[in-house]
Amino acid sequence: MAVVFEKTKMLTDAVFHYCPGCNHGIAHRLVAESIEGLGLTDNVIGVAPVGCAVFAYNYFNCDMYEAAHGRAPAVATGIKRVHPDTCVFTYQGDGDLASIGGNEIIHAAHRGENITVFFINNAIYGMTGGQMAPTTLIGQRTTTSPAGRSESWSGSPLKVSEMLAQIPSAYYIERVALNTTPNIIKAKKAIQKGLRYQMEGRGFSMIEILSTCPTNWGMSPVDALKWLEENMIPYYPLGVYKDKGAE
Amino acid sequence: MALTLMKGSEAIAEAAIRAGCRYFFGYPITPQTEIPEYMSARMPEIGGCFLQAESEVSAINMVYGAAGTGERVLTSSSSPGVSLKQEGISYIACSRLPCVIINVMRGGPGLGSIQASQGDYLQATKGGGHGDYKLIVLAPASVQESVDMMKLAFELGEKYLNPVMIVADGMICQMMEPVVLPEMVDFKVDYEAKPWAANGKHPSADHKRAIINSLYITVEELDGINETLQKGYREIEKNETRYEAYNMEGAEIIVTAFGTVARICKSAIDDLKAKGINVGLLRPITLYPFPYEAIHDAAVAPGVKAVLDVELNAGQMLEDVKLAINGDQKVEFYGRYGSHMPTSEEIYEKLLSMREGF
Repeated sequence: MAVVFEKTKMLTDAVFHYCPGCNHGIAHRLVAESIEGLGLTDNVIGVAPVGCAVFAYNYFNCDMYEAAHGRAPAVATGIKRVHPDTCVFTYQGDGDLASIGGNEIIHAAHRGENITVFFINNAIYGMTGGQMAPTTLIGQRTTTSPAGRSESWSGSPLKVSEMLAQIPSAYYIERVALNTTPNIIKAKKAIQKGLRYQMEGRGFSMIEILSTCPTNWGMSPVDALKWLEENMIPYYPLGVYKDKGAE
Repeated sequence: MALTLMKGSEAIAEAAIRAGCRYFFGYPITPQTEIPEYMSARMPEIGGCFLQAESEVSAINMVYGAAGTGERVLTSSSSPGVSLKQEGISYIACSRLPCVIINVMRGGPGLGSIQASQGDYLQATKGGGHGDYKLIVLAPASVQESVDMMKLAFELGEKYLNPVMIVADGMICQMMEPVVLPEMVDFKVDYEAKPWAANGKHPSADHKRAIINSLYITVEELDGINETLQKGYREIEKNETRYEAYNMEGAEIIVTAFGTVARICKSAIDDLKAKGINVGLLRPITLYPFPYEAIHDAAVAPGVKAVLDVELNAGQMLEDVKLAINGDQKVEFYGRYGSHMPTSEEIYEKLLSMREGF
C-alpha cells in the first residue's frame, strides 16, 4: 500500500493529555510539521511553559526544556546564546506569557532575540481550572471572575501582538486563529515564516494563536469555535502586526 | 608565578573566564556590579557571551537555558538580587544542572545596605528556594582564595550535577590584593560525556533527546528524583567538606567564622598569641557541606574551654556550630548585623573577657 500521509517525526508517539476539542493538538502539529518541513529536525531545541502545555516536552520530539512559569523567553535566550545556529522556540500560553512572563517576553523582543515564540491565547488559565487571564474578555465568566470580567476592576484584555509590535527590535508579529480550515492553513504559514526568519538570523518573532478551551469555557468544541470567532476575533483582530521582512 | 594587583570582583571574573566560563548573564546591583562590567569588556575578547538581563529573575533563567547545554555558565548578584534568583535556582537544582552563582552579600533584610554582610548564610546553605535541595556553597576569605575557587566551583558542579554558590561579601569584591591568576583552561563540551546536554540533534537509536526538566508529576517520579538528589548530597557531604584549621595547638578557645570575618578573627588570634594566649580558628570553606565533625572535634579537644562563633549577622552559622557541638561545649556568639564590620580589637577584647570566666 502506498503511504499517502505520515505523522511528522517531530512529534513523539505519546498520547496528548489535552481535553477533547482543545486546539493545542492542532497547534502542536502545525509547529512540528513546520519544523520538519523547513529541514530543522536535526537542529532544534524547544522550551515548554507552565500551563496546559507544560508537558509539551513529551510531545515535541527534540531536545526540550521545561521552564518556570513565564520564563521561557529567558531560558530560550540562554540556549540561543550558546547555540546561535540552532532553531530555538518557545510554546507558551496566555497566563504564562501575558501575565507572569510579561517582562521576559517584552525584553526578549526588546533584545531582538533570534527566537520564535508560539503564543497560545485562549483567554483563560486552562491547567489550573479556568481562572481569569490578562486576555480574558470583558464580561467573560471564569472561576476568578464569576460575575464576568469587569473593566473597572481588572482593566481591559491585553493585546499582546499590538503591544509587542511597538517594540523597535521585534521583527515579525502575527495573530492567527485555529477556528476554521482556512485559518489553520494561514496559521501554519505564519509559523513557518517565524521559524524561517529565525534561521535567516533576522530576530524576534511571535505568532499569537487564538485557540479554544471548551472545558473551561463550558462549551462543546463546536460552540467553542463559534465563540472564538464571534467574541475573540473581533477584539483580537487577525493579521500581521509587524513584518520587517515585508517592509 | 607573577603577582597581579587586582580588585576582588575583577579577579573573580577573570578567574571564571580562565576556568573555561564563556557565558555570563547578570544584572547590576551594588556591590558586585564590577563583575558584570568586567565581563562585558572581557567576554567579547575571548569569544564569550556577556548578556545584561532585564532582571535577576531572567538572568538565572538564562543561566538555566545555557547550563542545559553543558557549557560553563556564571551569574553574579548581591543579596536582594539573589533572593529574586531563588525560583530559578530551585529549578536548576532539580534539573541537575551545573552552574555557578556568586552572591556578594550585602546588608539586609529588605533593600538593606550596600556594605558587606553575611546575612544570607541560611538562604545559601539551607536551599534558599522551594523544595528539598542543596547548593554546594563555597566561602572565600581572600581575593586569592576566591580566584582559586572558581575552577573548583565549576568542577564540583559538573561532578555532582549541582549548582554551586560562592558567597563572598562586599569586602572581598571591593578590595585590591595581589593575586596569582591561574592558567586559561581549554574547555569544550563533550556531548558524548554529557548525554543530558541539549545540542539540538534529533533523537535516534543511539542518541536520546535531552529533556531539561524539574516536573515529576507522579508521587513515584518525584520520590525518584528526590532520592537521586539526596544520594548526591550524601556523596557531597562525604567527599567535599573543606575547612581551614588555624593555631589549634594548645587552644583554650576555638573561634568559628567564615569569609572576611574569619580573617579579622585571625588578626585577633595573632595578637593574643603574641601575649601567650592560644586561640584556634576553625573556618568552614564549604558552608555546605558543613564541617560538623571537624568543629565538634576541635570544640572538645583537650584544653578547649569554649567556642566563640563570630559572624556579620545575628547568628546564622551559629545554628550549625551548635548542631556540630551538640551540647558538648559552651558556645558563645559575637555578631554584628550586616554592614557593621567588627574590628580585630573588638574580637580580641571579647576573647579576653571569655577567659575571665574560665
